[in-house]
Amino acid sequence: MGDVSTKISIEHLTYKYPFAKNVSLEDITLSIDAGQSIGIIGRNGAGKSTLCYVLSGLIPRFFHGKITGKVTIDGEDVPTMPLEKLIRKVGLVLQNPFSQISGAKMTVYEEVAFGLENLGIEKDEMHERIDTVLRQFDLYKKKDENPFELSGGQLQRLAIASVLVLKPEILILDEPTSQLDPRGTTEVFETISQLKTLGITILIVEHKFEKLVEYVDKIALLHEGKLLGYDTAEHIFSTSEIETYGVGQPIYTALCKRMGLKKANGYYPVSFGETVALLNGLKGSGMDRRTYNG
Amino acid sequence: MVDAIIKVDGLWFAYKEDEYVLQNIDIQFDDKPTAIVGQNGAGKTTFVKVLKGLLKPSKGDVWIAGTNTKETTVAQLSKIIGLVFQNPSDQMFKSKVIDEVMFGPLNIWKDKKDKNFAYEQSIKALKIVELDNRLEEHPYDLTLSERKLLCLASIIAMDPKIIILDEPTIAQDRFSTRKLAEIIKELIKDGKVILTITHDMDFVAENFERTVIFYQGRVLDDGPTEKVLSNEENVVTAHLELPNLVKLAKALDFKTTPLTIDDFVEGFSTYKKAEG
Repeated sequence: MGDVSTKISIEHLTYKYPFAKNVSLEDITLSIDAGQSIGIIGRNGAGKSTLCYVLSGLIPRFFHGKITGKVTIDGEDVPTMPLEKLIRKVGLVLQNPFSQISGAKMTVYEEVAFGLENLGIEKDEMHERIDTVLRQFDLYKKKDENPFELSGGQLQRLAIASVLVLKPEILILDEPTSQLDPRGTTEVFETISQLKTLGITILIVEHKFEKLVEYVDKIALLHEGKLLGYDTAEHIFSTSEIETYGVGQPIYTALCKRMGLKKANGYYPVSFGETVALLNGLKGSGMDRRTYNG
Repeated sequence: MVDAIIKVDGLWFAYKEDEYVLQNIDIQFDDKPTAIVGQNGAGKTTFVKVLKGLLKPSKGDVWIAGTNTKETTVAQLSKIIGLVFQNPSDQMFKSKVIDEVMFGPLNIWKDKKDKNFAYEQSIKALKIVELDNRLEEHPYDLTLSERKLLCLASIIAMDPKIIILDEPTIAQDRFSTRKLAEIIKELIKDGKVILTITHDMDFVAENFERTVIFYQGRVLDDGPTEKVLSNEENVVTAHLELPNLVKLAKALDFKTTPLTIDDFVEGFSTYKKAEG
């Protein structure tokens, strides 16, 4: 069992889907402190979604298969934790909003109410919580519409809203911005950063690294089911192996690697701000072109 | 314009009476690779469905290679224009990869009734997307990103002159996005006219010569990508963002609009000289 601040602890987790030839997760060990936000990156098929399913209890409750190792939240075993307890702790926003929407509800409002009804929340509090999230995700005007008449972007916001309304302690988002336009993407990330200030522990699977690095404390790099790195973004993206995994890197990091520019601490910049600062410094330094045009 | 393979004249379109999601669009496309960008709900997908003939204009006309879409059938148009849907599930229905891809060629060249030809076309298309070693698999056993490539192959196999991709980068990792960019380049080299709807502004910057911004059912801006993406006001109005490198260049007071890392490095060196 971890110390007080450890929210999620994973030890030697290995998992294989039923009928699958290979394991999808192999000997994963990592721990996440309460209130931390973690980015999960890796190629399609690396095991990112599978890890989300384990932490939210979908594995082994919905997807069976063979699971070994230990996964705990607040020191309690996740695979055997009573479901009503687990769903108050962990909220999962699925990658495809079509899979998230219940399909049983005729309006956006009812869809958001669905989870709350199942938790037996008081009516007044329910209405208040629903109104708040619908406004937060710019869906209030759509509250009487059928979820399936929404656009992809609106549906994605609805999926996030219907999980957030449950006020989970841990929020897991599997590519929450894939269908969203750039402004919608920024809005989701801003919401995530608000949630962070509320002390919510956040895990987010995302390919938009330039955005991701602005909001997460650490990055977990998965490759073919294995955890290859669990560190700050600058550590993860500065390694030379990162390119061999085909996972990609922030365009700012790629640019600085190309120009041979490192920060004073020896790592490459990962974010917009760091890169601007570095290039601005270079501008005034009178360095010769050869020094960065490597 | 003589070269226009797609000509759109005073196009209006409404799903429900008098609620126009496309409003008075006049635009032409030649063979320049073109990105169509805009916020969710701006009318991009509706627009390409009209081009493909799946939706008929409420008002106005669309000509594809000289034929008015009102005077032909979707099947006839399929020989000239292919649309790869955003969601692969909207497009796939066969139980084997090879059958999925062969379905189009078998049907649009019914007159030829030549199964071998359809097979060859399909293998060629699957090679382009690197799925030619998965012929017997069930499409739903492929990953989402592979399924999207399979849908693209199904269109390529019909050999249309125009290929439209609706959000091809959604759900793709960076590696697959790069691969997609290479496939698009190959198709362009092969003489295809490529139109792509996307939200990925870095992908636009790197891969498309021309950019059209849709906003609330209208064309807000249209022109060479470098020019369109240097106008931040329009980009922001349309709920978009500048590509990351352009943003960086603006923050550093560049005079140019770098679309690629090469452009940026080049721009940075000349700009440094000017400073010095």
